[in-house]
Amino acid sequence: MEKLFQKISLSSATLVLVLLLGIFTTLFISAKPAVEAFGLQFITDQRWNQEIPLIESSDTVIEDSDDAIIADEDDEDMILDEDDEEDAATKTVFGGLVPIIGTLLSTLIALLFAMPIAMGIAVFLAEIASKNISKFVGMAIELLAAIPSIIFGMWGLYYFAPLIADTFGGYQVSLLTAGLVLGVMILPFMAAVTRDSMNTTPDVLKESAYALGATKFEVVKDIIFPYSKTGIIGSIILALGRALGETMAVAFLIGAVYSLPDKITDPTISIPVAMAVNFGEASGLGESALFYLGLILFVMSFAVISFAKFYFLKRGNA
Amino acid sequence: MRLQINKLFLALSILSALIGLGFLGWILVTLFIKGVSSLHLTLFLNDLVDGGLRNLIVGQLVLALLAALIGIPLGMIAGIYIREYGHGKYANLIRDLSDIMVSAPSIVIGAFVYSFAVAPFGGANGFAGIIALSIMMIPIIINTTDSMLSLVPKELREAGMALGASKYRVILDVVIKAAKVGIMTGVLLAFARIAGETAPLLFTSETSNYFNLDLTESFPSLTVSIYNLANEPEKSSRDLAWAASFILTVMVLLINLAGRYLTRNKK
Amino acid sequence: MPVMKIKNFSFTYAGVEAPSLKNITLPIEKNQITALIGPSGCGKSTLLRSMNRIHDLYPGNKYDGKINLLDLETGKYNNILAIKKENEFIQLRQQVGMIFQKPTPFPMSIFDNVAYGLKIAGIKNKTELSDRVEASLKGSALWKEVHDRLGKSAMGLSGGQQQRLCIARAVAVKPEVLLFDEPTSALDPISTGAIEELIVELKKDVSIAIVTHNMQQASRISDYTAFMYLGDLIEYDKTENIFLNPKEKRTEDYITGRFG
Repeated sequence: MEKLFQKISLSSATLVLVLLLGIFTTLFISAKPAVEAFGLQFITDQRWNQEIPLIESSDTVIEDSDDAIIADEDDEDMILDEDDEEDAATKTVFGGLVPIIGTLLSTLIALLFAMPIAMGIAVFLAEIASKNISKFVGMAIELLAAIPSIIFGMWGLYYFAPLIADTFGGYQVSLLTAGLVLGVMILPFMAAVTRDSMNTTPDVLKESAYALGATKFEVVKDIIFPYSKTGIIGSIILALGRALGETMAVAFLIGAVYSLPDKITDPTISIPVAMAVNFGEASGLGESALFYLGLILFVMSFAVISFAKFYFLKRGNA
Repeated sequence: MRLQINKLFLALSILSALIGLGFLGWILVTLFIKGVSSLHLTLFLNDLVDGGLRNLIVGQLVLALLAALIGIPLGMIAGIYIREYGHGKYANLIRDLSDIMVSAPSIVIGAFVYSFAVAPFGGANGFAGIIALSIMMIPIIINTTDSMLSLVPKELREAGMALGASKYRVILDVVIKAAKVGIMTGVLLAFARIAGETAPLLFTSETSNYFNLDLTESFPSLTVSIYNLANEPEKSSRDLAWAASFILTVMVLLINLAGRYLTRNKK
Repeated sequence: MPVMKIKNFSFTYAGVEAPSLKNITLPIEKNQITALIGPSGCGKSTLLRSMNRIHDLYPGNKYDGKINLLDLETGKYNNILAIKKENEFIQLRQQVGMIFQKPTPFPMSIFDNVAYGLKIAGIKNKTELSDRVEASLKGSALWKEVHDRLGKSAMGLSGGQQQRLCIARAVAVKPEVLLFDEPTSALDPISTGAIEELIVELKKDVSIAIVTHNMQQASRISDYTAFMYLGDLIEYDKTENIFLNPKEKRTEDYITGRFG
């Protein structure tokens, strides 16, 4: 019985490993057609679902050497009959630059917005508030974290977005709005992890500083923050990792427009949103391109989160 | 001068807390106003096809419960392994991977499940949605179980074994019992979380306008329908989306609060 | 004859170079109380925990030498260091019980706590369980205080009561040997006195080995005393001799408080 239990528990634990490998493998296999078709240029290509003719006269073959290469593979199709322009062979090109940039920029905005507020909340909870207030506010912040992301989308779209547009001009549905709401979403998490890191500072250290006449600000600045520095940085990077994958709120707010934003108040798109919005109708190469995006996102998140964990958030769980 | 900087600092910190509370309040008040004004009894009696939310509420709960039925035992047993049996690198690896998976993008999980549970089976189905949700739940439960078990003092385990009990009996009879409350809270919080998820369901079980309990077909989901409704131009759809959002939030927050209520004395 | 014979026993913790116990030879006399005393780090707890091989919960430790336990039925000695199979470990721990420094009531009712060892040993008969629980609780001087609330959680008992509960729990399985690892150091003086009385009472049914850092306690209750220092057994003798007429200088220095 004991042996059986051990085996079962080991299998359950191994399931995690299997899932992770399964995700990577499946993503890769589904992305393969797109990977083969576009290679690494996918990351720098702005075009999405654009049809381009297979041959172009040498004048119009511009910098994109890929077209020339791929056109070579389809040599036979290069023979175009001038009378058949409607039937001119085209291929559809997918490039992930816009969603990738959108993901990165929206996350950056979220971080910049959330960081000072989260730090402030953490300091409030850890050092300033009385026990009861700390408990109450802490609970409230945790409730904020519990709100489903689609709700942030609804509230963001109908209430927050107009406010941002009125204040900053530009579109309601934009990179800025999405980034800010994303910031509100990662706020509780960042605050909680920062507060926990701050609480690991030994009381004796704080007391020694106070005993020398330091103000609260100085104790936080000179003792607590340096002591919990790694934990705080870790929390920021971890929040970044989470923000990368956020879908629903951003889907409501970023605009789902496949073009690079000229201004911060322009609409654009992010990887999760591209997947959410297009997956339903996509097929063939288009679907594969979405998987390619998904793979990129998964690798990015995995790398960022691992980085945060291993360099900054040693949890001593052994 | 120092004192003034300190005062400013305190003020900024309190301001941040107020901002945080402000956002919470803003969202909740918005939900309440827009949601309650759109609420009426027929929402609970009709299905989406007739302008109600009944099938969606039931569907969302069914998906979440069935996912929990899979995710909780698997997660707990895996958590027991890494805390109680694993002594070395492998257990730590699983622990770390599980931790990473907690923060992994949910839409990717949806895409993953789509590849093997939707495409080969000819379309959206409830099973796929349940699988996606349980994949999200498992790492969370593993983490929570692992943490709660680590809080049980080692003397308790030693005392159990010193009586001649075998390890699995000590784990089940003594250790899990001692960590019971914390684990239950973790389970409830995880359940609240997946009950509010949308992305994993978007292209796995999608949603349905009808009261459908057939897991082999697209399955009604409150969250996915909110997304769809919000994208429709008619005002009636938007009102419905608000009502649904209100109900969803109430559900999720209640479960969340229930979980916290359990550990109210334990701190 | 001794119920346990420790012969040339050495012990090294996993991942550590130097042994924590060096070449210990020592008997545990039947129906007597043997105290293990010595300054912090001398290895007394390590030695105690080897006697029921509770070390084996944590892999990688190294043993040398023998610890022979008397099998009361056959009259033969078995080397418990040779045990490898799980059911043999279980049997060992049913023969050699342990009480810890921190009271460890299980998160269950008082009755279930005391009955736990019996249940896992396969005893199902409700009357038998009931009788044995009552006998153990009486034997631990706890019956009067808890007999009307056996179904209540054990966590509601005071520290001293919890420790007596743990003793009742260990005694219920009728072990040959009971190991006490600083059983009163977490308790107040009154509870300490009660537990000491209890331990002395118990020796008519079990043989006892007790680790204590409290010399007065050792001199009060034990029949034999072993003084240890830095992993070595310095001196073993009847308690009166150790305390009144120690042979080794180090023993004398410890007893008189020159160090420790």
